[in-house]
Amino acid sequence: MTTKKAAAAPRPPPHPMETLLRTERLPHIWCSGCGIGIVFGSILAAIQKTGYDPDTLAVVAGIGCTGRMAGYIHLDSFHTTHGRAIPFATGLKLAQPEAHVLVVSGDGDLLAIGGNHFIHAARRNMDLTVVCVNNLNFGMTGGQLAPSTPFGAKTTTSPRGCPEEPFNFCDLAATCGAVYVARWTALHIRKLTNSIATAMQKRGFSFVEVLTPCPTYFGRRNKTGNALETLRFYHNRSVIRNDIDPKEATVDFGGQIVVGNFIDRERPTFLDNYQAACRSQLAAWPERGRAGAVTKHQEEQ
Amino acid sequence: MSARAVQTGIHFINGDHACCEGALAAGCRFFAGYPITPATEIAERMSLRLPELGGTYIQMEDEMASMAAVLGASWGGVKAMTGTSGPGFSLMMENIGLGICTETPCVICNVQRAGPSTGLPTLVGQGDMMQARWGSHGHYEIIALAPSSPQEMFDFTVRAFALSEEYRLPVLVMADEVIGHMNERVVIPSEEQIPPAPRRRPQVPPGDYLPYRADADGVAPMASCGEGYRVHVTGLTHDERGYPAMDAEAQQRMVHRLVEKIRGNRDRIIRTENIYLDDARVVVVAYGITARSAKQAVREARARGIRVGLVKLETVWPFPETLIQDVASRANALIVPEINGGQIVLEVQRCAGWACSIRPLSHYGGAIIPPGDILACIETAVKERS
Repeated sequence: MTTKKAAAAPRPPPHPMETLLRTERLPHIWCSGCGIGIVFGSILAAIQKTGYDPDTLAVVAGIGCTGRMAGYIHLDSFHTTHGRAIPFATGLKLAQPEAHVLVVSGDGDLLAIGGNHFIHAARRNMDLTVVCVNNLNFGMTGGQLAPSTPFGAKTTTSPRGCPEEPFNFCDLAATCGAVYVARWTALHIRKLTNSIATAMQKRGFSFVEVLTPCPTYFGRRNKTGNALETLRFYHNRSVIRNDIDPKEATVDFGGQIVVGNFIDRERPTFLDNYQAACRSQLAAWPERGRAGAVTKHQEEQ
Repeated sequence: MSARAVQTGIHFINGDHACCEGALAAGCRFFAGYPITPATEIAERMSLRLPELGGTYIQMEDEMASMAAVLGASWGGVKAMTGTSGPGFSLMMENIGLGICTETPCVICNVQRAGPSTGLPTLVGQGDMMQARWGSHGHYEIIALAPSSPQEMFDFTVRAFALSEEYRLPVLVMADEVIGHMNERVVIPSEEQIPPAPRRRPQVPPGDYLPYRADADGVAPMASCGEGYRVHVTGLTHDERGYPAMDAEAQQRMVHRLVEKIRGNRDRIIRTENIYLDDARVVVVAYGITARSAKQAVREARARGIRVGLVKLETVWPFPETLIQDVASRANALIVPEINGGQIVLEVQRCAGWACSIRPLSHYGGAIIPPGDILACIETAVKERS
């Protein structure tokens, strides 16, 4: 196409998600066939579904392929250190209790290096929505073993097969106290979008896991075929079982992959309990918007 | 104690508590931490005091999380700090680096104990001074203050918040176990006398705002989360938009500015207390608790007619290079007592060159260096010279 023709071509209609994208940063870095883009699209659709004012939303990510979502979303977005998205988001949420804080993280980021933060945030019922893109390995560094890698699967650091049992992320989240827990695959786009929107509207620690293809690394080494073939595999193997105990929601690549909305319950959040404790003890508990309640020094400027 | 941020008056409190009061007076309303001797009293006091002021205290699962939460709160527009000691300081290094790279104002108080490793948890050390300088990976400049009394714990923590906002970086208050646990008179001034620590706000609408475009002094105005600026903040090397830029030129530009915003303003940052320098032939260079022993030793030596002076480093980083060069050019010997195997003495040596003799006075920790040892060192230096 010549420049002249390109200039004459009518501008295509704006993408329906354009207001939520940092379009100047596209194209993205994700590989062809990667599932992260699908999850990213679901997150954007879920945000629109909630109807929240974008300026009340913040996205916090750690390190890894999924962590790069923070760089493409046109919201206040934080690309932090490996594993520390949840504690960073904790500080942000406590400073701005009115904000909706979304954490996006890969399986390695969230539950290897960040595992301790995950269980404690669930225990505290910190009011965060955590979306975990589980592609069964560390993709950014070239496909190494992760706490999600299936037993026996090959990665660059388990060349003879993974000798470890993986976590059941949903069971872990539920056991530690999450108030909303769901799992889908990158094929269940509408259900995934609904789950993320529900999770974002839920007060407390909500968790959505998404199984996604990583054809470049995990797929290639384990001969699961290209992205379409992986999705077909998910299609054939996944079974929707809503409201079951996540203990029974197994991810068995030799058998069934159980997906669904598993947990939806109520528990006071960290801030609910913190404020209740303070109110009962302090005669003049100040009404708080922002935790900082911005001092006169800040006002002066 | 009533629910006032600034507890104006005369108090008898320990250094850890004075640090808290300084923080609260400066406007700190968020603390995330993890208990550790000898800094636990900071967390305890903050857990009691912050709710009274509408602030938030949270005890995190470890120090990595604590530091991450502090950065998150700062981006939420709230002044935030944590308190720790050596082992926790090591764990915080990761996110101190993130704070440097993303230019996030906050304060970390390290109440030093003797190391390495678990070391002597309840006993004094000054072994983290070089870790304060470059403990996190990569090249950067840092600001570290060294209080030598509970009063200075208050004063320096107030200043730490002002510096962190002015230069947009984590500022370190490098205290030690003796200062942290020592009870002394602390005078807290009136609210009006507390220097303000405003955050530099963007003066342009969101469409025109570049989060990392610096003003003339090298510091960029900071939009917090939720203000409509839709900032992107990353620990990757980034351009003025805050977007990742993976090349040597962007690295050069970004790190150069991170370094120069401190180096270029060092005259406004560096503070020392200089005593008897005019005619001093021997000068003691000391900081923290050791500066108190040094002051006593210098007074006693003066009483014996020895021409000795003292440079007490209130800011250790950035290092007062020009002052030390000047002092070294006029003195016969510099003595550097410190509760480590010799850390700041290396900086003194670097600045002094061959202008005079440099005498480290090292103690590996567990006890302070008594004034008598410093006095003996002064007398030896004088004797060897004559």
